[in-house]
Amino acid sequence: MSKVRANRALPGWRGRCKTSRVLMSRLAAMSIALLASCGGDSPRPLRPPPGPPVGRVEIHQPERLTSVATGDTDPLGRPVRVACVTCHTLRTPTQLPSTTAELDEFHQGLEFDHCALSCGSCHVVGDQRSLRRADGTTVDMRDAIVLCRQCHGPQTRDYDHGSHGGMTGHWDLSVGGRVRNHCVDCHDPHSPAFQPTLPVLPPRDHGLTRHRSNGDH
Amino acid sequence: MSAPTRRVALKVVGATLGAGAFAYAGQPVAQWAADLSLDEVLRKHYKELSPEELAQILRRLEAETKETYGVEVRIEDTPAQEGVSFGYALNLRACIGCRKCAEACHQENNHDRRTNNSYIRVLEMEQGSFDMERGTVDYDHAVPAPGKFYMPVQCHQCDDAPCVKVCPVEATWKEKDGIVVVDYDWCIGCRYCEAACPYHARRFNWQRPEIPADEINPDQGYLSNRIRPQGVVEKCTFCLHRTRRGLLPACLEACPTGARVFGNMLDPDSEIRWVLEHKRVYVLKEELGTRPRFFYFFDE
Repeated sequence: MSKVRANRALPGWRGRCKTSRVLMSRLAAMSIALLASCGGDSPRPLRPPPGPPVGRVEIHQPERLTSVATGDTDPLGRPVRVACVTCHTLRTPTQLPSTTAELDEFHQGLEFDHCALSCGSCHVVGDQRSLRRADGTTVDMRDAIVLCRQCHGPQTRDYDHGSHGGMTGHWDLSVGGRVRNHCVDCHDPHSPAFQPTLPVLPPRDHGLTRHRSNGDH
Repeated sequence: MSAPTRRVALKVVGATLGAGAFAYAGQPVAQWAADLSLDEVLRKHYKELSPEELAQILRRLEAETKETYGVEVRIEDTPAQEGVSFGYALNLRACIGCRKCAEACHQENNHDRRTNNSYIRVLEMEQGSFDMERGTVDYDHAVPAPGKFYMPVQCHQCDDAPCVKVCPVEATWKEKDGIVVVDYDWCIGCRYCEAACPYHARRFNWQRPEIPADEINPDQGYLSNRIRPQGVVEKCTFCLHRTRRGLLPACLEACPTGARVFGNMLDPDSEIRWVLEHKRVYVLKEELGTRPRFFYFFDE
């Protein structure tokens, strides 16, 4: 068998050499083309960088600044709230109570736990839509943040730099705006400490149970 | 031909049993091949796909989701953006451990409803200690509990990611904006990455995710929240399908205490940059040299 092959190879050696050279060059060209087309990690073109910030940053307006919860729910289970003006357009208190214990007719049972402040520290007698700043000037109830800023310096600084208070919307203000939480969205101004709450979505996946976390490893 | 002997009979029995066993053992492969289209088998690696091929895959996946889950979804693949490098910071002083972030992740990223799966695990730990191994994740009392603090842990999108290094098939890699992604159609489910991650950030799909049709988030990304197949690894992508369109991640929007800060670390005016430059910042397991893009910080 090998003899036959050798015999056949000898006379046509030059010709075969030529074809193999052509083959080789074709192969090389193909492999170069292949390499170029694969290109290893040829990343997809990046999108252009973010433009100038044009999105509006709004502050959410909590219901709490214009209405009070009654504790009741409507037939659909939604909490019933009453606008402040419902009562306060008809009744104008002539003086503010000094403590919540004096609230015998309305706002009964209001819990108050906000340092040594009294009602008059923030509220204006006879004008339920305004709040009183430390210098005596008044601000609209919806701008209550101005009032909070008077005392809470570090929180104000952090809020202004986006590291205090939640938000929704865009991180990239060149694409769209965002809505930031108002102080009063999270903190009850009468009792600002965060109230304990029950956690949601208990993990149920494998390997996360308490006995394993506390057990021997 | 010689008369049949006991030896021949044994050989025949042995061969029949062997062939039977082989066929039985090969059954899962046959079933698996039936689920797999030819396009899926012959496709190229994600990074070698032309825009047309990628579009074809996205449309096929949309059709498959429609067939399997009965829901019209839109699967997109938005590329990274020049001049954007994502970073995330979490205020340990503010976190109360309510797990609202984990819940938002569960819904946003189309997680399996049965297992309550989420990319975020919230650890409850004793104040004064920092031993993750002693943290509990299935606490069910009112939070914050006295004497405890809470540390949500999710993918840290490490710049030197151990999970990427161990993948034998390059099914996971780091994108230009810093996000470590998984191509769920390229993953072979070996779970090396899950073992390599020091933050327990990766999850394995033991089963096909079960999600009621009306709860499926139809706004999906190829590398992020599209419904994963069975037998592949998945992980947090900082909600790539949202954040690459300029939106905030779902876990940040859900946080009731505003403990989370997200943004572009290349933008000197961004919130994340302010936090990293002005707060006391803590890097979890910094000694491992993984160089995370997820930071913990403290007020004061």
